Amino acid sequence: MLSVADLKKGTKLILDGDPFVVTAFDFVKPGKGQALYKCKMKNMINGTTLDRTYRSGENFEPASMDERDMEYLYKEGTHYTFMDQQSYEQVVMEEDAMGDAKNFLLENTKVSVLLFGEKPIGVSLPNFVNLRVIQTDPWIKGDTSGSDSKPATLETGYVLRVPPFIEENELVVIDTRTGEYSTRVKG
Amino acid sequence: MSHAALTVRAQVLQAIRQYFVERGFLEVETPLLIPANAPEEYIDPVTALPWQLQTSPEICMKRLLCRGHQLIFQISHCWRANERGSRHLSEFTMLEWYRAGADYRELMDDCIGLLRQIAVCCTSDGKFTRFGKKIDPTANWLRIGVQEAFLRFAQVDALASVQNGCFDELLVSQVEPELEKIDVPVLLTDYPAPMAALARLKSDDPRFAERFELYLAGLELANGFSELIDPEEQRDRFNEANHKRQLAGRSVLPLPERFLTELSTMPPSAGIALGVDRLVMLVTDAATIDEVVAFRPEEL
Repeated sequence: MLSVADLKKGTKLILDGDPFVVTAFDFVKPGKGQALYKCKMKNMINGTTLDRTYRSGENFEPASMDERDMEYLYKEGTHYTFMDQQSYEQVVMEEDAMGDAKNFLLENTKVSVLLFGEKPIGVSLPNFVNLRVIQTDPWIKGDTSGSDSKPATLETGYVLRVPPFIEENELVVIDTRTGEYSTRVKG
Repeated sequence: MSHAALTVRAQVLQAIRQYFVERGFLEVETPLLIPANAPEEYIDPVTALPWQLQTSPEICMKRLLCRGHQLIFQISHCWRANERGSRHLSEFTMLEWYRAGADYRELMDDCIGLLRQIAVCCTSDGKFTRFGKKIDPTANWLRIGVQEAFLRFAQVDALASVQNGCFDELLVSQVEPELEKIDVPVLLTDYPAPMAALARLKSDDPRFAERFELYLAGLELANGFSELIDPEEQRDRFNEANHKRQLAGRSVLPLPERFLTELSTMPPSAGIALGVDRLVMLVTDAATIDEVVAFRPEEL
């Protein structure tokens, strides 16, 4: 068990059955009053946040997390299926838990999946991934509109802004942390 | 701590001394290592066996009042075990001042005068800045009773919340966040009697005590009250605090016996404790107390 005094930013604990991560934590003590702990927490599955005030002596169950190497197989409706690279077991993740990762994921991509018990609750992608542009308007030479970017659709369906010289079918490098174009893949 | 912050801290200490000396207060120094503090339900002294470090200089300062000193102030270090947060250090600096023949209303006037002088001496524009908001100490201060604040901000009767044991939680989670939004200094007055172990009860309504807290932008700066001077009542309240400590599994604390003996000779008085580190936080717009001390305990 975790005592409330052991909590700090980043501590993972279970609340009403869901895993939460502590995002802010402070010891407070109003004049002549008792010690209290103000805590902000984020639900690791659906991202909702909570503000709670606890007394000293309260205890929490730590949320143990496991990270495993998996391969993304396919999507069906709002379900994403992954396969454990060691046990070959398949796990299914809800779209809610995928977060932005769904924008950068192609079938057969190797990723790291975060598990809470047996439940997959998050995906860690490499910081940079290569994805193909499937649609973007051509660059008109002599364009004087002054625009230094244009929209492009990637093979995952994700739309972002790229420099005007990027053409359809080109491979581009995307920074998965910001979701932005980084550079073109030199062929 | 930056050189600039250390400089401001020195200016604040200087301004405090100047303010009180100009008003006829005597600066005193009393021992930091003492046989007994005033037992409080939620304050654990740091022990230096067989004695304790002071949790506040109140016991010795009140004994000076018993000996006839009328206006006294002290800036001293205090220690409270297991207190560490963004506004708490286990060792911190406290300003206390006492007025014989006065009650808590005169302390409120002192707070107004002191904070106005600090703003003039230690800030660039005569105002305090906190989280981008200006707090002007020359404006009219807001005085609000604890009962009114609880009804308005938490929609709860303050006395009922004491009964239910959730007074502190409501203060911290409902009331203080609202006080943070007010752009003038706030005097939160007349605490429920059980929340004021060393304060005199209000003569017209003994459910409340003559105790107040000073807040600026939600930052609790000072706690003052009209002193209880009845030795029997004081002993009962100390025993009550120890009883609650025992029930909660805390250590039972020794009573300050010489203080209790001399209390019968203490004139009606008022006294207040102000956190100097927090005052420097306010002057420097520091988010944490760590930014205003020369060394954090973790650095030692």
